[in-house]
Amino acid sequence: MDMREKFSELNNIPDFESKIKDPAIAMTAGMNVLQINVGRLCNLACKHCHVEAGPNRTEIMSREVMEACLKLCSNWGFETVDITGGAPEMNPNFRWFVEECCKLCSHVIVRSNMVIMLEDGYKDIPEFYAKNKVELFVSLPHYKAKKTNRQRGDMVFERSIEVLKKLNSIGYGKDPDLVLNMVYNPSGAFFPPDQTTMENEYKEILGREYGIVFNNLFCITNNPMGRFGAFLVSSGNLEGYMKKLYDAFNPATLENMMCRYQVSVAWDGTLYDCDFNQAADMKISNGETVFDIADKPYEPRKICFDKHCYACTAGAGSSCGGTTEA
Amino acid sequence: MNTYYNPDDLAKFSTMGEEASALWDAFMAYYGPVMADGALTAREKALIALAISHSEMCPYCIDSYTQTLLSMGVDEEEMTEAIHVAAAMKAGITLVHGVQMKNVVDKLEQ
Repeated sequence: MDMREKFSELNNIPDFESKIKDPAIAMTAGMNVLQINVGRLCNLACKHCHVEAGPNRTEIMSREVMEACLKLCSNWGFETVDITGGAPEMNPNFRWFVEECCKLCSHVIVRSNMVIMLEDGYKDIPEFYAKNKVELFVSLPHYKAKKTNRQRGDMVFERSIEVLKKLNSIGYGKDPDLVLNMVYNPSGAFFPPDQTTMENEYKEILGREYGIVFNNLFCITNNPMGRFGAFLVSSGNLEGYMKKLYDAFNPATLENMMCRYQVSVAWDGTLYDCDFNQAADMKISNGETVFDIADKPYEPRKICFDKHCYACTAGAGSSCGGTTEA
Repeated sequence: MNTYYNPDDLAKFSTMGEEASALWDAFMAYYGPVMADGALTAREKALIALAISHSEMCPYCIDSYTQTLLSMGVDEEEMTEAIHVAAAMKAGITLVHGVQMKNVVDKLEQ
């Protein structure tokens, strides 16, 4: 579904850029994060997934694109390499790529659905992560089984708990070098709760019920893209949700919008300002690929916006790293 | 107009201040702190508000507080229990008034 076409029909929601008064805010302000989507193949097909990942997707990042990413990482010196998917572990070159990233960058994070670590061929991934001191961002949309399974599939909650226990048993969430973060996202067309309140609730309930510990919980606003966007349209919620995002626009979140500090590489080497622009197929303004920029110095670029960007500026703000309010 | 209740009217709530701004401001100055974190959490207060929305049968409040609670991370199970509290209170209040009926019967029957 072309969500941008749907946005253009929402006449009561002003263009996002009209809310940016300072032209400098519409430019990148540095390149701290190299986000790499290594493919859309996933063992799950979650209802809200903005990249519409699933078991039948064939878009997989090649080793050639990964090598260009490594070159870019080496030349630009990012603070963080953020590897996502799909289930990134399902890329055949994943382990090699993570090891190479760890040689170049001291802060490598992987966004994992966790349950892949119970599948044949992936059961030793927890130890692999620990050996490389990879910081994990694992998805657990709720501490109640019913809510998580409704969004991610039958028994995903129970399997996630099994993996979390395994991660804890090898030091994740306990050893300062093995950081285990969780990601909460709402189960529908409404905003996430206060991040600190929800983190406390998760820690109390997961600790009490299952003996699980973790470092941080990040609350992410659902972006009206991919499957979640299609749900908004089919359920008649698009206009109401977009209005809600627009009404909650908070100028104090503009400065820290994640797109100002990162570049997002797609499976084929195409570059985007963020993973949501990747879902919208809004390439970076000059259309360059990772092959084009890998040997060039960083230059500030104009960020591409559309109405889905209101999801990053509503309330306390939202990013792949949680709230962003300055 | 096809119905007295229109969801779009909820957004017009603040027009109640147009002819009586001081009274509206006083109401808002009271309402805001009442619903904020205090001895009870804002979450607990919103659940109470949802229960009252049902016992008072206010569709505006039901819509508004359901959305508020979802955004607070409260789930359907918790909201349903809150509404059962309201329903149980309604039932109990109805039944306890049966004592009044009994008093009248006791006084009048030979």
